[in-house]
Amino acid sequence: MNILQTRGLEVAYGGIRAVKGVDLTVRRGELVCLIGANGAGKTTTLKSLCGMLAPSGGEILYEGSPITGIPSYELVRRGISLVPEGRGIFGRLTVEENIKIGAYARRDGAGVRADQDRLYDLFPRLSERRSQQAGTLSGGEQQMLAIARALMSRPRLLLLDEPSMGLAPMLVQKIFEIIRRIAEDGVTLLLVEQNAKLALQASHRGYVMESGKIILTDSAAALLKDPKVQHAYLGG
Amino acid sequence: MIERWHRWKQDRRTAWAAYVALAVLLAALPFLTGAALGRGWVRILDFTLLYVMLALGLNIVVGYAGLLDLGYIAFYAVGAYMYALLASPHFNLHLPFWALLPLGAGLAGVFGILLGAPTLRLRGDYLAIVTLGFGEIIRIFLNNLNAPVNITNGPQGVNLIDPVSVGNFSFSQTHSLFGMSFPGIYTYYYLFLALALLVIFVSLRLQNSRIGRAWVAIREDEVAAEAMGINTRNIKLLAFAMGASFAGISGGLFAGFQGFISPESFNLFESIIVLCMIVLGGMGNIPGVILGAVLLTVFPEALRYLGELQNTLFGRILVDPSDLRMLIFGLALILIMIFRPAGLLPSVRRQREFGSDASVLAQEQASLYDTQR
Repeated sequence: MNILQTRGLEVAYGGIRAVKGVDLTVRRGELVCLIGANGAGKTTTLKSLCGMLAPSGGEILYEGSPITGIPSYELVRRGISLVPEGRGIFGRLTVEENIKIGAYARRDGAGVRADQDRLYDLFPRLSERRSQQAGTLSGGEQQMLAIARALMSRPRLLLLDEPSMGLAPMLVQKIFEIIRRIAEDGVTLLLVEQNAKLALQASHRGYVMESGKIILTDSAAALLKDPKVQHAYLGG
Repeated sequence: MIERWHRWKQDRRTAWAAYVALAVLLAALPFLTGAALGRGWVRILDFTLLYVMLALGLNIVVGYAGLLDLGYIAFYAVGAYMYALLASPHFNLHLPFWALLPLGAGLAGVFGILLGAPTLRLRGDYLAIVTLGFGEIIRIFLNNLNAPVNITNGPQGVNLIDPVSVGNFSFSQTHSLFGMSFPGIYTYYYLFLALALLVIFVSLRLQNSRIGRAWVAIREDEVAAEAMGINTRNIKLLAFAMGASFAGISGGLFAGFQGFISPESFNLFESIIVLCMIVLGGMGNIPGVILGAVLLTVFPEALRYLGELQNTLFGRILVDPSDLRMLIFGLALILIMIFRPAGLLPSVRRQREFGSDASVLAQEQASLYDTQR
């Protein structure tokens, strides 16, 4: 069962097409990654999926129904949540306040509190720093906070944009560990990454994007062995 | 010192005692002021309360949502004219106060949305310029809507406005209770105090509510706020509408209290003063905003004594006190911006924003080198 499907998705900035007809499918419970070089159109694709950019052509189906043109604040309520590139945490608010804002779209107070406790178990570092100003967290902690905040809306589809960006290698490992655990909990994930090796190692399937188009798709294991991928993205 | 204050606050019995003492003080204030300084000062107290309401309204727009509004006084004008036109001999309409107050709040709220809707994409300085223009447009309309059909009576303003009254109880007349006499300005004080407390209560509730957090999130990062499911358009409009409706209420009270209004009372300078109240007191922090409103209403009045002082000292007035007022006012603002940039009583959040604060540094130190852990 597909949770997300795009057909001929096109996104343009002004007159310049950044995404030129992308067909992408994510099945429920999968961890799918979208890899590619800088400027390939990965982030643009992701932004159009969560309603932050209006596609100029094509169709996006979420749980079987078209969602093209629905604003992002509405899609959050339908279960699509984005962890933005560069994390986008509210730096002057405390960790706890950030987490609370993550649950903004929800109305079930008791459920929110339960999820909050569950997340603090998952991210003990955040729990220690509840009342600390989020902007003073380290990069890795900020990324954890951004992920935790996005999970507070109870997404069925979580979109992650470059979660490893600007992090020390040890922390990148840790973030990917967390991503795997979220996937094991049953959340479907679509991951955009430049760190192709780690992304493919964590994922079930992968798409390779180049200048606005999908040039290759296969199971993650197969992509890892693919000579073209190895040469272009894995430094082999 | 702040920590000591918090510990003291946690002691609930002391807190209750403090609240009771404060209530007694507020209740006795007009009598104390009247006895010590004369009736004129009770009137100033009344105005102070109006400005507290006004400043708390602007605090929602500027302090919480971070939308710089330089035309805020226009909503005060809308509330005041609403009251004046529907309760004066001008149109020979005399609607009751209980109907006028919500109407004024509602109409001002609608004007807030009217201003907010076209300016949603603007931020910071651009928004400030548009709101400044809006404030002036309203004032100029009020000034010129006396021809071809006389609606606002133009620069002459509206006179003989009905005093605030509920049923047969007129707030402008002297009443006696328990053998004590309450002149009009005293009864107005209690009315304004009650409404100011209501405005304070609403502000407090908003601050830590879901909507309050949404406002701060928008102020921080609009894109991320939208990704959290916040409908940024509606939430911003809500800030404009709520802030405006507070101003509408105080505008209506102003018209009834004063008995006369003219467009002159709603010029740009008034908007600036209200903005100064919240900047000076501490943007986003309710006690700070109240302090700012009190200081900036009482202080200029107190400066009037400087004229008398000069008379007794030199036998004549060397510097006009009203000139001196602007001078001292400007100086005070500069000094506060240098020494307390977040305001006299800054909110915790603002403090963090301006903070080269030792505790913030310590937090950063603790978390920056976490790769080793």
